[in-house]
Amino acid sequence: MDAQLKEWIGRIHDAAKAGQQLRIRGGGSKDFYGLPSAGDILDTTSWCGIVSYEPTELVVVARAGTPLAELEATLREKGQCLPFEPPHFGGGATVGGMVAAGLSGPRRSAVGAVRDYVLGVKMLDGNGELLAFGGQVMKNVAGYDVPRLMAGSLGTLGLMTELSLKVLPLPPAGMTLRFAMGETDALKKLNAWGGQPLPIAASVWHDGALTLRLAGAVAAVRAARQALGGEEVADAGAFWQSIREQTHPYFAGEKVSATPLWRLSVASVAPPICCSGPTLIEWGGALRWLRGDQGAEQVRNLAASAGGHATLFRGEAALKTAAGVFQPLSPVLAKIHRNLKQAFDPAGVFNRGRMYPEF
Amino acid sequence: MAFANDVRFAVNRSATLERLREILPPPLLLVEEEELRPYECDGLTAYRALPMFVVLPETESQVADILRACYALGTPVVPRGAATGLSGGAMPHEDGVVMSLAKFKKILRIDPVSRTAIVQPGVRNLAVSEAAAPHGLYYAPDPSSQIACTIGGNVAENSGGVHCLKYGLTVHNVLKVRGFTIEGEAVEFGADALDAAGLDLLALINGSEGLLAVITEVTVKLTPKPELAQVVLAYFDDVQKAGNAVADVIAAGIIPGGLEMMDKPATHAVEPYVKAGYDLDAEAVLLCESDGTPIEVAEEIERMKAVLEKSGATSLVVSQSEAERLRFWAGRKAAFPAVGRITPDYLCMDGTIPRKRLAEMLEAIADLGAKYGLRCANVFHAGDGNLHPLIMYDANQPGELERATAFGGEILELSVKLGGTVTGEHGVGVEKIDVMAAQFTPAEIAAFHRLKAAFDGKGLLNPGKGIPTLARCREYTQTRGAAAVTPPPRF
Repeated sequence: MDAQLKEWIGRIHDAAKAGQQLRIRGGGSKDFYGLPSAGDILDTTSWCGIVSYEPTELVVVARAGTPLAELEATLREKGQCLPFEPPHFGGGATVGGMVAAGLSGPRRSAVGAVRDYVLGVKMLDGNGELLAFGGQVMKNVAGYDVPRLMAGSLGTLGLMTELSLKVLPLPPAGMTLRFAMGETDALKKLNAWGGQPLPIAASVWHDGALTLRLAGAVAAVRAARQALGGEEVADAGAFWQSIREQTHPYFAGEKVSATPLWRLSVASVAPPICCSGPTLIEWGGALRWLRGDQGAEQVRNLAASAGGHATLFRGEAALKTAAGVFQPLSPVLAKIHRNLKQAFDPAGVFNRGRMYPEF
Repeated sequence: MAFANDVRFAVNRSATLERLREILPPPLLLVEEEELRPYECDGLTAYRALPMFVVLPETESQVADILRACYALGTPVVPRGAATGLSGGAMPHEDGVVMSLAKFKKILRIDPVSRTAIVQPGVRNLAVSEAAAPHGLYYAPDPSSQIACTIGGNVAENSGGVHCLKYGLTVHNVLKVRGFTIEGEAVEFGADALDAAGLDLLALINGSEGLLAVITEVTVKLTPKPELAQVVLAYFDDVQKAGNAVADVIAAGIIPGGLEMMDKPATHAVEPYVKAGYDLDAEAVLLCESDGTPIEVAEEIERMKAVLEKSGATSLVVSQSEAERLRFWAGRKAAFPAVGRITPDYLCMDGTIPRKRLAEMLEAIADLGAKYGLRCANVFHAGDGNLHPLIMYDANQPGELERATAFGGEILELSVKLGGTVTGEHGVGVEKIDVMAAQFTPAEIAAFHRLKAAFDGKGLLNPGKGIPTLARCREYTQTRGAAAVTPPPRF
């Protein structure tokens, strides 16, 4: 076994014995996400590199500390990509951090989320055991689907060391259209278009404008452009990048960054969600960003009545600690969560409190 | 053949019966042997067991009451849908109760605007697409048993189908699952949104083979029906060339709507049964489908033809009408029953391997056929490397089932060695429970058991299935020899 893994196993054993905690960290680009977590930092960035990549298999295997930018550049050379466009949120983003955070970008509603592309995971559990689940094939129902469970688990179940991911070809053609449209109309349109076989890859509504990205076969994009109308936006790459990385003025800038940012994942058909601050809508209506100072309980109730949940995506540490970051779970789900934490990390070594205070 | 389930329970039969009688009216509780007999197996007919009782609840509150009662008494519960599964996942437990969800067969809602359907678990897969069709929508996963198999079972097995390279498996097409824990508590996994708070338990429920919860309601995504679909039949004079053509299609940046393969024994079994019009001289046929707008399909079909020709296809036939396309697919979808007609019995394997190892695997299967003296027809979901070798045998000939089982076991061990898995979409059930030890280390198996206990601390839901006991793993390793079954690095 590699020396690095041996060292980590030693640290896990020591921490478990001493009742101490470890905080798993890649590039630190998502330090802002989740609750503040205690413990000594376990840095994964030295455990990096692409282990195998065969474009004709549509599978890439990389160590957890591999820079996401490096992985994406390697795929791009072969005309492939991670279709869910994971946000980096900084230069140091790693493959392990991408899976642990479980965040997907603009194309998510069209192509699926991080979890839909995770095929396999190697990990160290809280006992320091090296375990492998899943593998390198698209279809695999041997044993429980632990690899997908790891997506969005925020490192609470173990230290991922290696990931196997499904990749896809880059779409041959793309185009961005813009429509002047109010929020209610935009939601109606997006849901109506969603029911048609149109190559809609991503959507953003903000401040009276609906921006639509088409991606797919040349002929399909051309035909959709005819059918949909709207105004073509030249050089839209920078716009989509600003949505994916949250550098768009809605998300960034001095004035706004002091106000809490809420992420509401809801049914795409939910009507406009009223709140005090401005909103930005993605994923065909299924993702609503709200920026404002309204109470956490109010936001969570709004999200719940819209069929979903709210996350305090960005905010002061004090507010996060007081209000929690993630929507509280039902008692039965909370019990299953505690039991799963116990199953993978009985001594509570990893990322304690990052997701919910009780584990 | 009896399956020796090594997870046994000292169950109080009369107390269980008494409690069930309080919960269910007589027609919903089967007790007599002749009533229980039809439930003794699922689609894997080689293995059978008689349950203690069968319950057929009609309401969620009956489901909850039954589970609470069984939990209190320590009586195992085996959930069951249409029992079309091919791995024995719904085979009864001798000490337990079979809970059939057959009465949960309502489509509760089709919502064309949100593109979702809310259905009870006993609704047939195809019925969802039929109900959605007037809205130009359909439910994408299409296992070959889709006429009969039900959504609850699809979720339990994470069913695939012939279009999942492009449209995903069940796990990619389910938004929310409502169900009950073994303790009788209502629980919801997922949401009406694209994700839910906390850990992704919905991912765990898909493919959990009835070991984690009983499903009573499923919200599925509906997909807009493409305007047009056409399929290319590409014939090859050599199965290896056909295998390589699959990689060539993907390498060209094409993700076909479906990419399937059949070898000569398979087409010969199918043709008299379905009359799909396949060329019977070819050693292998690929079915390569394109879907989208008419112009898009026309463009893609041309690209597909160019690649397939370059890969050595001896002839290409493109479907010219929807009727013809469906006929070409009918042959592929009827492969299992067609083989069933030419042999008294068959075992269907379900290993998945990296596509590039296809030719190697085919050669090995041919050698194993000679070694065991049994015929084998091969149908593959070639696009995703999922193989269904159909091993033909006659259960009435002494030793043939054992030989067929050993033949299948070697195919699965080789699947793991080639970097794949013992099951792509049919599940482990009882059929592949021993060979799990060839894929997972004892530490990984133990982790699976701890995961199960997080949902079901007493181990009462579908016991003895899916994950082997560590004792079983040891026995398998000793019998097969460690060299044959040491789990290799899978990636």
